[in-house]
Amino acid sequence: MIRLIGYSATLFSLAAAVYGVIAAIWGVRSKRQDILASVRAAAYATFGLMLVANLAMVYALVTKDFSISYVAQVGSHATPFGIAVISLWSALEGSILFWGLVLAFCAAAVAWLHRDERSDMFAVTNGVMLVVGAFFYMLMVGPANPFGAVFPVPMDGPGPNPLLQNHWLMAVHPPLLYLGYVGMTVPFAFAIGALMSRQTDERWLWLTRRWTLMAWAFLTAGIVSGMWWSYEVLGWGGYWAWDPVENASLLPWLTATAFIHSAMVQERRGMLKTWNVTLIIATFLLTILGTFLTRSGILTSVHAFAGGDIGYYFLIFMGIMLLGSLALLAGRSEELRTTGSLDSPASRETVFLLNNMILAAFTFTVLLGTLFPLVAEAARGVRVTVGEPFFNRMTLPLAVTLLFLMGVGPALPWGRPSAKHYRKLILPASVAAISALVAVLLGAGLMATLGFAFAGFAITTNAAEFLLGAGARRRALGESPLVALSRLVKANPRRFGGYTAHLGILVMALGIVASSEFTLDHEVTLGPRETATVGAYTVRFDDIWGRQEPHRFVVAAELAVFMGDRRVATLEPRLNYYEMSDQPITTPAVRSRAHEDLYITLLAFERDGSSTTLRVMVEPLLVWIWIGGIIMFVGAGIAFTYRGPKDGKSKPRAPGVPVKGKVAQAGQAAGRVRAADKEEVPA
Amino acid sequence: MNKRFIGVFGTVLVLTGFGYLIWGGLGGSLVYFVTPTELLARGEAAYETPVRLAGNVVPGSVNWNARELDLRFHLSDGETDIEVWSKGAPPAMFQDTMGVVVEGRYNRAGIFESSSVMVRHSNEYKAPPEGHRPADTYEALIREE
Repeated sequence: MIRLIGYSATLFSLAAAVYGVIAAIWGVRSKRQDILASVRAAAYATFGLMLVANLAMVYALVTKDFSISYVAQVGSHATPFGIAVISLWSALEGSILFWGLVLAFCAAAVAWLHRDERSDMFAVTNGVMLVVGAFFYMLMVGPANPFGAVFPVPMDGPGPNPLLQNHWLMAVHPPLLYLGYVGMTVPFAFAIGALMSRQTDERWLWLTRRWTLMAWAFLTAGIVSGMWWSYEVLGWGGYWAWDPVENASLLPWLTATAFIHSAMVQERRGMLKTWNVTLIIATFLLTILGTFLTRSGILTSVHAFAGGDIGYYFLIFMGIMLLGSLALLAGRSEELRTTGSLDSPASRETVFLLNNMILAAFTFTVLLGTLFPLVAEAARGVRVTVGEPFFNRMTLPLAVTLLFLMGVGPALPWGRPSAKHYRKLILPASVAAISALVAVLLGAGLMATLGFAFAGFAITTNAAEFLLGAGARRRALGESPLVALSRLVKANPRRFGGYTAHLGILVMALGIVASSEFTLDHEVTLGPRETATVGAYTVRFDDIWGRQEPHRFVVAAELAVFMGDRRVATLEPRLNYYEMSDQPITTPAVRSRAHEDLYITLLAFERDGSSTTLRVMVEPLLVWIWIGGIIMFVGAGIAFTYRGPKDGKSKPRAPGVPVKGKVAQAGQAAGRVRAADKEEVPA
Repeated sequence: MNKRFIGVFGTVLVLTGFGYLIWGGLGGSLVYFVTPTELLARGEAAYETPVRLAGNVVPGSVNWNARELDLRFHLSDGETDIEVWSKGAPPAMFQDTMGVVVEGRYNRAGIFESSSVMVRHSNEYKAPPEGHRPADTYEALIREE
């Protein structure tokens, strides 16, 4: 029964989406609004149907209905309720089903939010959302059907992948990532809508700004939660291995980040129009590429699900989307002509251009390193991996340059800088020099030293914007410091949301540089009551025990941790053995403090308890990576609250009339505040 | 020489330089997957080049000294077998006949010095064969309360 409900819902979603695509074409051709209204109805219908299909699957997972193929594959009687629910995304078919739900939600939201719009752009946008939807529903109906019939019905199943069961982060990492991935479909749909309807002014940028920010925020959260999960579960003390699937999530993040910046150049200057459309198309295609890499089983990776021929479907879909977008872009090159120009090489625009060049180079490098093994195997039949050294050597200089640009950007104005702007760089430059000196004294290498210096530099310039702005308000309006700060941010959510996101990534950069440069790493075998000392910590092996839990067997070493003579913690690194898996899942014990993490993994043990082999790591500032990720998310949230100009349109400013000029003229603190408040509204 | 020409010329120059860097970087950090037979077939080129060696652990060959963190075993693809030496603990559940991938280099003494030992397993994990219980391997640890 449940199987029938679920399968019908996916089938009808496909029908509704296909109808919507045809109706969108028909409605635009015939200019009939009643037909275009039915396109929106089709979008709502897919959402309703996907909701039904997903709820049916969750119900089946929770009630252990093994007559449904997906439940037979990932369910088991021993699986607790919560884990049964999140098993929805523990394997290929379920994750595509969940993906379909998120996509249908986005399609319905786009249709609903713009239900009163009558121009062709919106009709095409709705149509594109449904095209992408139709592709995923088609997968569900055919090659990746989660609601297949199983006969005879098994008594029990193997349970979900142990990696999914082992940590609460697995409940949040996949959905966050999906929201980010799927969210990028919306800007893509709007870009295609704008191109097809020849409405290539800035309207589509304004309309998609918040969607892009939302998707970017979730993608960021998805990537950072994945890093965190890797750190907490995989037991190697790291969080990023340039694994192909990690790279697949990073690629659209890089292009989306580039887009968020370059879109501002188009608003202000009327430049980079083709580039912006290209970036948004690339971002979408990279999300599909990411799904292809993860879901096709083409790569060996922590994330790869084995999957039959589904890869071909993705490849064909990606090819069609790529060629279609390129053809459309070529056909509209006249409309995308640049209308503005640069005033000064030392302006914020220039920094944004450089930022985009670096991010593009970054994307290209990671893409090449990720796809090279596939190409090599296809072309020459050799199996090869591109090692971490390649990625580190190639991307570190780029990343360090980005840190530098993040510091220079906020300090320079749009248009032409004055001496005042250069003077603003003196304090940050001194901070940079001091950071570099400290780093060198601590024995950091070249890249790490530059990393510390530029991060210090950029943190100062970004933080200075908050302090100077709040200070001006305080003097002019007599507000208390905290009130001044919050009102400042409220008055310019876009600018200060951006600075907040910068501060987040800079804090994260400090954590990354410090933990990769100064980590202590020891492997040691201890007998009962023996100790080992790593950094400031002395670890004593007290006991090892095993315990049967409902769905797994746990082996844990009991360790006493001392700093000097003081006992500071008892840590229990574990190995979890799941019923149906030969491989135990490590669960390292982590003691996190602001200045450093103590990270202990249980590597091996003697069955009689006579010895245990541990990996003990001390990683400085590591916790700031996660804190930085949270700050980035908050920053994007602040920027999201800015709704854009009332009419949703903006005109590029006439060259040579930089808005900041007014600020300089006003001179007075109060004038500065007023001008700053207005700054976001285009002239 | 107009502005446009300089722009195009500059872009091409930057791209070429960057492409060259990437290509060089890529060539230097490729690691090939080989079996012991394939490795030895390389002759002189087999020595001191980083590779990933894939094979199965030869039964009875494992020698793990926990105190010294010293692991030695033989890896075989059915035809050829190569002695592997690794500093560091073996992966959990490391055992005879298991498929493993070791990364490292083959030295002049004819020993493969490995920097990391990975268990080769598909992520599509499946139930163990009939009659085999993973529980057997760890049940000895449950103590009488």
